[in-house]
Amino acid sequence: MNSTTKNDAKRPFPWHLIVFLFPALLIYCVFSVYPLIDTLFLSLFDEQQGQAHFVGLNNFITLITDENWSHAFWNALSNNLKFFIIHMLVQNPIGLLLAVLLSNPKLRLSSTYRTLIFMPTMLSVVIIGFVWQLLLSPIWGISEEFLYSIGLGHYFDAWLGKESSALLTLSLISVWQFVGIPMMLIYAALLNIPDDILDAGVVDGANPLQTFLHIKLPLILPTISMVSILTFVANFNAFELIYAVKGALAGPNFSTDLMGTFFYRTFFGFQLQQGSESMGAAVATLMFLIILIGVMLFLFFVQRRIRRFQL
Amino acid sequence: MLSVKNLMPRTLNQLSKSTTIHAVLLFYTLIALFPIFVVVINAFKSRKAIFNDPLALPTTDTFSLVGFQEVLLRSNFGLYSWNSLVVTLLAVGLVLLLGAMAAWALTEYKFKGNIFIAFLFAMGIMIPIRLGTVSILRLMVELNLANTLTALVLVYIAQGLPLAVYILSEFVRTIPKELTEAARCDGVSEYKIFFCIILPLLRPAMATVAVFTMIPIWNDLWFPLILAPGENTRTITLGVQQFVGQYVTNWNSVLSALTLAIVPVLILYVIFSKQLIRGLTSGAVK
Repeated sequence: MNSTTKNDAKRPFPWHLIVFLFPALLIYCVFSVYPLIDTLFLSLFDEQQGQAHFVGLNNFITLITDENWSHAFWNALSNNLKFFIIHMLVQNPIGLLLAVLLSNPKLRLSSTYRTLIFMPTMLSVVIIGFVWQLLLSPIWGISEEFLYSIGLGHYFDAWLGKESSALLTLSLISVWQFVGIPMMLIYAALLNIPDDILDAGVVDGANPLQTFLHIKLPLILPTISMVSILTFVANFNAFELIYAVKGALAGPNFSTDLMGTFFYRTFFGFQLQQGSESMGAAVATLMFLIILIGVMLFLFFVQRRIRRFQL
Repeated sequence: MLSVKNLMPRTLNQLSKSTTIHAVLLFYTLIALFPIFVVVINAFKSRKAIFNDPLALPTTDTFSLVGFQEVLLRSNFGLYSWNSLVVTLLAVGLVLLLGAMAAWALTEYKFKGNIFIAFLFAMGIMIPIRLGTVSILRLMVELNLANTLTALVLVYIAQGLPLAVYILSEFVRTIPKELTEAARCDGVSEYKIFFCIILPLLRPAMATVAVFTMIPIWNDLWFPLILAPGENTRTITLGVQQFVGQYVTNWNSVLSALTLAIVPVLILYVIFSKQLIRGLTSGAVK
């Protein structure tokens, strides 16, 4: 505001500021910031016989070391890590490849491809989960028949029903659905590279592969690292797919349990185990810390190092 | 202007290169669409045809709507869709209005705490609101909002605001200062400046925000499952989840329920895909 010439003491109270900012701030604080802080706080309490009392870090110690809890916790964490690694190894490279192909300036129909490949990303994870459950169901035999027709029939198995393959199968379903996101973001970054830089490379005699590796790739690294953070946060927050296909028990024998399903069961209980608010809050707090540490690591080590490549 | 690339002759090599690109993209497009296609075509077939020849299109012999009849008679699909529509429209509308107001306040005015509040909103982009579920449920029970659509709307507004404030703030910064300064010199009130000058200018950015806010709300399962699982407040995602879970063996109904949930979104997507893709690739100049 151009208030430097006026006397500060005489300036009227900025009511308009309150009117503009307050509603958003109120709803955001009451239903997002406060619950998050309250959850972190709640994880330090235990609510036995309806009475809450302060137990410090005991809930966390229980989660990490107690034999009834620690197995489930470490299992969910390691599954979640595998889930994330599969996304990084499969989803993001495929997204990158598709983006590079789409960004070819002479390509016809590129907007049609873009629209169609992004379609699964639009649909609910719940629906996608059921769709794949039907397709891979040994009863229907669609995938079995399909594999036989291309000569791979004996590889067919009840992939979703086996402990050894269920997590991998669900990860690939998730990759299939969300490949559109890295594709779009990297595609946008590639379009943003100025023509002059690419032309300069061509004049210097760079072939397309060299152009990609030495000019384009360094320039889109910030986007790739952003895609990685988004993948990380989304993966450590995943729940719907497992719940839709496998239920809250994340079977067979918890082989598809992720932090999200573990959190849900801890909070609401399952079978003989009672749900617990404070233990649920402890799991949520650990998820919060994992996401926070992951984001920090990316920002400090990856984003900082690649900043010098930016235009 | 002629760039160097345009001067290169179109060789046979280039032709085969573009064929390869098309082959790869076409192959991936088939992978992306095939599962959805199979489910939708089979929803319109009789039970026998679903199992006999799952990949065939429905013919006059095999065409059947029995699945849809069962779904529509046995469940409240209409009510669930209505609930989803109400929640999504209210939440997105309020995210847009409140987000634009906050973005304007944070970018236009300098005041104490400005940076702190901006940072607070920015945090929300990275930290999933789901992690506060334990307290959100407690709060909703205390406020007597458990099993109401209001609870969902409030949580979704809180969830959508951070990204809305971020995108709209970036956009407000591009609006020339002369515009608002001129209005202030003429003695126009701050409210009038916002609602009559700024808000109309924000429209393209708001369309982008609307699409990005809408998709996760419409598709969410977590909060409907926890905050509003009652029969009268179920959203379409929760409704499909429970219906399909319950009737797994009735293939006609399951396929029809999935189709009922997929097709409206696909139609909307085809209508808005230009806007959505423009939003995703915003800033791309070429």
